Amino acid sequence: MNNIRKNRLKDQAFKVWGIACTLLGLVLLLIFLGNIFMDGIQRINWSFLVNLPSRSPEKTGIYTALMGSLWVLSLTTIIALPIGIAAAIYLEEYAKKNKLSSILEVNISNLAGVPSIIYGLLGLEVFVRLMEMGASVLAGSFTLALLILPIVIVSTREAIKAVPSSIRDASFAMGASKWQTVYLQVLPASFGGILTGVILALSRAVGETAPLIVIGALAYVPFAPLSPMDQFSVLPIQIFNWITRPQPGFVENAAAAIIILLLITFVMNGIAVYFRNKWQKKLK
Amino acid sequence: MAKEKKESVIESSLKRKYKLQAKDVNVFYEDFQAIKGISMDIKPNSVTAFIGPSGCGKSTFLRLFNRMNDYVDGFRMEGKIFIDDQNINKKKVNVELLRKQVGMVFQKPNPFPKTIFENVAYGLRIQGLNDKTFLQERVESSLKQVALWDEVKDNLNKSALALSGGQQQRLCIARTLAVEPSVILMDEPTSALDPLSTAKIEELIHELKKQYTIVIVTHNMQQAGRISDYTAFFYLGEIIEFDKTNKIFTNPEHKQTEDYITGRFG
Amino acid sequence: MRKIKEFIIEKILLSSALITIAVTIGIILVLSIEAFYFFSEVSIIDFLTDTQWTPLFTNKHFGIMPLLSGTLLTTFIAIVFAVPVGLSISIYLSEYAPNSFRKTIKPLLELLAAVPTVVYGFFALMVVTPYLQGIIPGLSGFNALSAGLVMGVMIIPYISSLSEDALHAVPYSLREASYGMGSTRLQNSFRVIVPAASSGIIVSIILAISRAIGETMIVAIAAGQQPRLTFDPTVPVETITAYIVQVSLGDVQHDSLEYRTIFAAGITLFVFTFLLNTLSHKMRKKFREKYE
Repeated sequence: MNNIRKNRLKDQAFKVWGIACTLLGLVLLLIFLGNIFMDGIQRINWSFLVNLPSRSPEKTGIYTALMGSLWVLSLTTIIALPIGIAAAIYLEEYAKKNKLSSILEVNISNLAGVPSIIYGLLGLEVFVRLMEMGASVLAGSFTLALLILPIVIVSTREAIKAVPSSIRDASFAMGASKWQTVYLQVLPASFGGILTGVILALSRAVGETAPLIVIGALAYVPFAPLSPMDQFSVLPIQIFNWITRPQPGFVENAAAAIIILLLITFVMNGIAVYFRNKWQKKLK
Repeated sequence: MAKEKKESVIESSLKRKYKLQAKDVNVFYEDFQAIKGISMDIKPNSVTAFIGPSGCGKSTFLRLFNRMNDYVDGFRMEGKIFIDDQNINKKKVNVELLRKQVGMVFQKPNPFPKTIFENVAYGLRIQGLNDKTFLQERVESSLKQVALWDEVKDNLNKSALALSGGQQQRLCIARTLAVEPSVILMDEPTSALDPLSTAKIEELIHELKKQYTIVIVTHNMQQAGRISDYTAFFYLGEIIEFDKTNKIFTNPEHKQTEDYITGRFG
Repeated sequence: MRKIKEFIIEKILLSSALITIAVTIGIILVLSIEAFYFFSEVSIIDFLTDTQWTPLFTNKHFGIMPLLSGTLLTTFIAIVFAVPVGLSISIYLSEYAPNSFRKTIKPLLELLAAVPTVVYGFFALMVVTPYLQGIIPGLSGFNALSAGLVMGVMIIPYISSLSEDALHAVPYSLREASYGMGSTRLQNSFRVIVPAASSGIIVSIILAISRAIGETMIVAIAAGQQPRLTFDPTVPVETITAYIVQVSLGDVQHDSLEYRTIFAAGITLFVFTFLLNTLSHKMRKKFREKYE
């Protein structure tokens, strides 16, 4: 076989290999999800959703974990959103190209790469102990808020960057101040993109386990939180707890809870993508 | 006593021969000098055209009058710019107020991604003028001034981005007019438009000069010839010639002007 | 009046941005202070050289090496799996695949990174390990191999997405030159494009390594809780992150030496990931300069 034929064959072989690799990940994911689905789907019924956790695998439910996740997600949003958006506005619209802004930018990209468990250690010392919030919903929310802050900042910046500068020019030329331009033109125009980024950040937060374990969120909480200072659990911690139980019935529970968690995660991702598409159309 | 005062007010406004003035202006971007020693006097209620090859400082000079160059990194100016005999670069001058008196229309129509109504009302809202009836009146009169009212009056709540290019540009002019400026700066306002829209806007400029002082940068010499009273020919940051349009186009003083007009270089 | 309002607004926005610096300072302070207390009781030589990590037993050893080896072993397995697969995907998508395929597949691959890691942990323990036990007799219920492989699946998009961006950024003119000389896509990809995009690709690998090192739940669930200085992928090990989880689940007294071990472990982890991230940032800057 001469060289050209050999090369062409290699080329074709790589093409097949490339497709195989591409599909490998997706196929594996499908196998994972199919497996979990089969393990857990039968366990999902109304009582599973509203029951409190119990030592008996048949009677247990995810109610407290779901409520905990809801509480934490809400508070995390309230904390992270204003700070993240404000920081992004500053960096995009106000900051000049000086030493401070490059430090800020490097720092944010560093924070995005810090392992989530380190945020747990930070939260443990600062929120749980120093600020005496205890292992409460509030401490957990602050911890997760710091975790997702870099994500919110980066995606808000992208959304703001996408607003054409001609709109700012027109606004300034009409005598609007910097803040008026930001508040009346840039933010409304970037709203969809910001929303997308926030939803994606939250869908990441809903699945976070390690930092909340470190700050002391319990695996067995027999009540739903009624105030931000209450102890709590969240869905992924509940799942983790059930996975580590030796009794056989808990595998189905874990799988069922995973299905719920994945449903929440994928729905949030889907909503985010929907908003992103709608917003991109609007700008054109 | 009162009669004397009245006369002196009229006298002083008659004395104000020039609406816009530039004295010995130099502009630098870092080390690059974009404007070299330009002085200019522009009369009120006139249309002045800036012509010249690309990159010769026409837009830069235009933007000195509403201080839009302030946002460019490395911008530095020497000399003075006067509007109504006031030096606009003094520290105490409120830039935002200046821009309400000096409006600007850009080359590429840039309506806000909002409704037609909100586009025209924007300039008023940022001044805190939010009264519904007042805004409706002002929006209507502005849109009428640019001959857009009949086309959009039933669609004021539709997005401005849905309008055609020519309509968008007229909308941009309308929103500038809504704040009742006395000067309108136009930076190649028709270069992105089709001939029909261009003609409509040129007609509009002709109407507008009765009330406003207009300065227009244009690449289109025939346009300058059609609509302006005075023309300034820019070349490499200097003004080669500035005179009545008629004179520039029929009997220019400088050879360079003549060469540009006749197309020997562009 | 207006000017004062604008000034105040700008300062409020600035302080929001400065919070990010406060977070970094907070992390460094928290880790350093507790680690300082730790190292006042345990010599740093012991910490770095002792081959056992048994802070919770009566016979206490505080050598970080077992945890480090657990972390590095699982990371190594993940990378060995993810790099060839991820790179091949990126080359295929960038140089071979039709645009429509690329556009649909890319977001699907990103989905791999969106799945909560506790779910991957479940899968590693419940499906992958039993499956592998059929192939490798003697594979223990908790082991580095299953955890490592599943971690590898999770980080595929980190490598494939960023590498694909890097390959895509290579100017088309290089491809034209290569094809013009009659090379196949394969030759073009490996001899011309990949080398040209090498710094971007390396950045993606560094970031993937950093992600794997910091991963917690997959290894906490599936790799085991036995700190062991080994490179044997078939036995239980414990990673730095899994240890921190283990202690957090238990009843360790605050301000005790045992409590402080999680910060000693944490600061080790932080140093590693910080160095890797800084390296990738520097390389990314160099890479951008090249093409702009």
